[in-house]
Amino acid sequence: MRITCPYCGERDRREFYYRGAAVDLDRPAPDAGPEAWDDFVYLRDNPAGETRDLWYHEGGCGAWIVVTRNTLTHEISATEPASGGKR
Amino acid sequence: MCVDKLNAQTPCDGLLPLTIGTVSVTEVDPGAIHAVSAFQGQAKSLSEAMKAAHGMALPAPNRATGKSGARAVWFGPGQTMLIGPAPDPSLSAYAAVVDQSDAWAVVRLEGDGAEDVLARLVPVDLRPQNFKRGYTARTLLFHMTASITRVGEKAFQIMVFRSMATSLVNDLQRAMEGVAARG
Ligand SMILES: [Zn+2]
Repeated sequence: MRITCPYCGERDRREFYYRGAAVDLDRPAPDAGPEAWDDFVYLRDNPAGETRDLWYHEGGCGAWIVVTRNTLTHEISATEPASGGKR
Repeated sequence: MCVDKLNAQTPCDGLLPLTIGTVSVTEVDPGAIHAVSAFQGQAKSLSEAMKAAHGMALPAPNRATGKSGARAVWFGPGQTMLIGPAPDPSLSAYAAVVDQSDAWAVVRLEGDGAEDVLARLVPVDLRPQNFKRGYTARTLLFHMTASITRVGEKAFQIMVFRSMATSLVNDLQRAMEGVAARG
């Protein structure tokens, strides 16, 4: 498996650490209420198809990356910096 | 009695130099090492200041500028390592400048087959057609995070955390022995 780091280019999977679903980027407001927070902390989709993950280029440039991939085909369709704009 | 004389030791003291077959590793005395990270929107001004003060622009991602004795090596998004000179005070107007001197083990791997040695340790294609002089990579060297820069036709600069110096030399030595054994 290869992942294209938006900074370093295509790299071997062993350079990356898998964090999980990219929900961390959509953190509810502190006063959003228990339901929103319960959803954010505990409830995860398990899609058969496209999913967005957070990966960390740990053995590389140190960037957090949003990886869009398909759980049925394993195809990776997009990678982008989790920070939004490139630096 | 108090100790009145302390002798500084380099990270690879007692471990290098090492030559096996056609490849050698030597320790580099890098001089000062500073992480230079541009403030939001200040990368261009920082690059101008670097050019004026140190004669080299801020490197693009995956590239290094400068030469032996004064290099700027891309180290990650928004981060450059200034290696050699003490940073000019003018840089601090545009960037966070953090002293990391003595925190890194810096070695030079050189000779015919240096790429073959690294091919056993590094999951990035470092052959000259893909990794030219002035190219740099943040990647793994065996199990260590490393910074690898091509500094010559047959020469690489390798940086790892100082605490990893012994592992670095051990891993390089094993790979060098493997390459040399194939003749
Ligand atoms: Zn990267």
